[in-house]
Amino acid sequence: MVPIAYYLILAAILFSIGVAAFLIKRNVITIFMSIELMLNAVNLTFVAFAHMWHQVSGQIFVFFVMVVAAAEAAVGLAIIIALFRTRQTLSVDQINLLRD
Amino acid sequence: MQLALFLIFGVLAVLAGLNLLAQRHPINSALSLIVVMLSLAVLYWSLGAEFLAAAQVIVYSGAVMVLFLFVIMLLNAGEEVRSKGSKVASLIGFPGAAAIFCVLSFAFLSERDKFGMATLGGELSTTTSNITEISHVLFTSLLLPFEVTSILILVAILGAVVLARKEL
Repeated sequence: MVPIAYYLILAAILFSIGVAAFLIKRNVITIFMSIELMLNAVNLTFVAFAHMWHQVSGQIFVFFVMVVAAAEAAVGLAIIIALFRTRQTLSVDQINLLRD
Repeated sequence: MQLALFLIFGVLAVLAGLNLLAQRHPINSALSLIVVMLSLAVLYWSLGAEFLAAAQVIVYSGAVMVLFLFVIMLLNAGEEVRSKGSKVASLIGFPGAAAIFCVLSFAFLSERDKFGMATLGGELSTTTSNITEISHVLFTSLLLPFEVTSILILVAILGAVVLARKEL
């Protein structure tokens, strides 16, 4: 028997790590990976709440999140490849064409 | 039993997440993200979501992370360099993330009695399996969203092909 709150706190820890990595990392691919980490943390809360309410709809939410995340990963990585072709860098500090 | 499972894989997930944050090389970060996803799959299973545990292993740690690793190797991404921007970001990032964590855990802990306890396996219903229930809802009341996601994936495939072409 584990309190559901523990699962939610684990999800909160993972989400905060994802937020920190998103802000601190300087590599586009790693930033993208921290977004995936945040999505996973939210998925854990969905599954925990589905368990709590004895409803299957939370798990279906997670299913749709997974589908959208897979599509997002495919498109995002294609954008990163195109970005690297034109700028020859993956560092977000040097990708500032819009700002300058 | 479930507490042991939760502690082992929860600690593993947190450690791998911190490793993602600490590592400079993207390959190391990607491999620790795979560890996070696999331990989350075990936690899903312990919460009675067998289908999602399998899907997590196949879709996330299988397909998505392999795609990430392919791109990292294709672009020959090296170690990231620390710059002035990263100092500012860590100055804001760590307190911000800590604040988010404090708010979330305060909210969860203050309501912890209402959440109740999780039991191992925790069948949503004793008569039907997890996959039966999910597929029943997915193919009856949520049939239209399900079909729309298939179109979404089709569009994403086309978009990825177009974006990754040589001459953009």
